[in-house]
Amino acid sequence: MKAILEIKRGLPGAEPTVETFEVAFEHGQSILDGLRAVRRETDPTLAFRFACINANACKECMMLIDGKVDYACTVRLKEGVTKLAPLPKKALVRDLVTEIAPPDERLHGKS
Amino acid sequence: MHLETDVLVIGAGGAGMYAALEASKAGASVILADRSLIGRGGATVMAQMTVAAALGEQTPDSWEYHLSDTLAAGRGLCDERLAAMLCREGPMRIREMDAWKVGWARNGDHIAQIHAPGHDRPRCVYVDVLATGPAVSRTLRTQLNLASHIRRIGDLAIVDIVVRDGIACGAVAVHLATGEPVTIAAKSVIIATGGLTRLYRRNSASFNMGGDGYALALRAGAELIDMEFVQFFPIGHLAPRLVGMDPIMWDPFRYKLGGKLLNSEMHEFEDDYAAQDARSDGNYVLTRDRATYAITKEVELGRGSPAGGAYLSFKHVPDAELRRSFGPVIDKLAANGIDLTKQLIEVAPIAHYHMGGVRVDESMQTGIPGLYACGEAVGGANGANRLSGNAITEAFVFGARAGQCAAKSALQAGAHWSNEAAAPALDMLRSGAKHDTPNLAVAVTDLQALMADKVGPFRTEEKLAEAIVEIDRMTGELGAAPPSSGQSFDPELIDWLDLRNMLQVAKAVAVPALARTESRGAHQRDDHPGLDEAWTLNQIISLSGGDISLARGANISKKASA
Ligand code: FES
Repeated sequence: MKAILEIKRGLPGAEPTVETFEVAFEHGQSILDGLRAVRRETDPTLAFRFACINANACKECMMLIDGKVDYACTVRLKEGVTKLAPLPKKALVRDLVTEIAPPDERLHGKS
Repeated sequence: MHLETDVLVIGAGGAGMYAALEASKAGASVILADRSLIGRGGATVMAQMTVAAALGEQTPDSWEYHLSDTLAAGRGLCDERLAAMLCREGPMRIREMDAWKVGWARNGDHIAQIHAPGHDRPRCVYVDVLATGPAVSRTLRTQLNLASHIRRIGDLAIVDIVVRDGIACGAVAVHLATGEPVTIAAKSVIIATGGLTRLYRRNSASFNMGGDGYALALRAGAELIDMEFVQFFPIGHLAPRLVGMDPIMWDPFRYKLGGKLLNSEMHEFEDDYAAQDARSDGNYVLTRDRATYAITKEVELGRGSPAGGAYLSFKHVPDAELRRSFGPVIDKLAANGIDLTKQLIEVAPIAHYHMGGVRVDESMQTGIPGLYACGEAVGGANGANRLSGNAITEAFVFGARAGQCAAKSALQAGAHWSNEAAAPALDMLRSGAKHDTPNLAVAVTDLQALMADKVGPFRTEEKLAEAIVEIDRMTGELGAAPPSSGQSFDPELIDWLDLRNMLQVAKAVAVPALARTESRGAHQRDDHPGLDEAWTLNQIISLSGGDISLARGANISKKASA
């Protein structure tokens, strides 16, 4: 099976671009599995955030998946197009990474 | 950017958070840094299992009984001072967590304790249902919020400890969110980065467990101990794909409800491997190491399941009983499309915990003054094999102790920071330039495959020697300068820094594994089966001329009888 990931990416302050990646997948694999495959197979510069990979415990992998805020590690890959974008209400860091830490847990404080 | 503090704690899992709390209680200013978010990365938050402490709530108990079980599991190699501290101080920390409302499950009017494998009586506390880790993390995060003088900084990856005249004086870090180098002057530094399970293809840990702390300690001049002992968990979840669950979740299921291990011919193979081990794992036919062996052998003989493991079946358990025992988890499984009454799942051994680690004394200090370690990052307490339930206990006990001792010495010490001592690490970060490198995300996967195939649970001289050659080759290929720098959240820089650590730590496991020509606990040599009394000793790793160097400690059994 093949999934097509349409990813909105870029650095803060610049006009974001939309890039499309195709990944092969098996039934049950997650969006996060797909993103990690993209880094290995096509583009190692793609940035996204995660820690626990599988357990849905760290809550770091939140992004916009087909327009809905969700966890990349729990939503499954599907055939056809899936649209991914960074969280809209958080400051952009890079690609799918946003500033999600509470303000008092950041290096630069409550900016 | 430059920061200053009394105590720098690296890693915000259970051990690091406890260390920060105790250091602040002792009056020190604290920076608690994590490469990920505070209290979210690491292994603690993922633990769904139990915590061992001789509370004597369920049945009368004493910390000495807990110690004798811990030492027996460690197959003669435990550092008794550390193991005794863990068992003696565990109950106090468990009660402190209870007072902080972690929510240990109750049995009537007392804390419930269950009988886990390897223990002589019911001793393990937990939070229902399979929620121990998240509850522990939440509780410690709340305490951090209430504490004073603890500055928490996420997205901060420590690159190197700064050492001046043989004394630790801080660290160089990179702020991942901006790519900016950061220096931190600290009078004491505590390594609380957890284990190294990410070195293996299949593991139960988070992305952050690549052995960072071991590499930091080595490069700072500290020693590591027992690095050859990596604990594999025999029935880690393999297939079908399951999200939102700890991959070692099947243990309580199997423990409570039975559960049959089947090969591809639907033959229940455990009895074929039953060995005469005096310490049986409670209700199981096979101990953890024998079960790992049995599944690995079945796969090698071509009788594995499609995904490369064994089948685990609960089909014999009625639905009502499944629900009564694990209701909310059964719902989660249903959401994953798994119905245990109809379906087999596939399991395989996965890297789960590291017994080895940074060598410390009873104040959790390494051989480098000012440098401390705690939690899974510490080696010695668990010897050749960890008793189940001891991981979170050691996170609390060693974390608290490290925090107290690091604070005490920091409050007596003068500032020791030196820009000059920090320069090499800063220069390395700044030397990075955009240039063509092989895909480092692939290199990480290659290293994980190499470790699983050649430095896994069953080892031979040939495989280990091949692994060391390959690790050296990959280290050469990685080079001395990162591929890029200065950008926000640069995944290639992160991969490079990770590989720099992972390769060093991989070699620190393979070298003592090759030297130890016997089988003991988690270290099993196909070419040297059986325990050899002459090997009742610890191997010590340090860095010499940039490469791993190995030394042997004294024979513990001889020392004890002398
Ligand atoms: S990766 Fe941890 S919650 Fe998704």
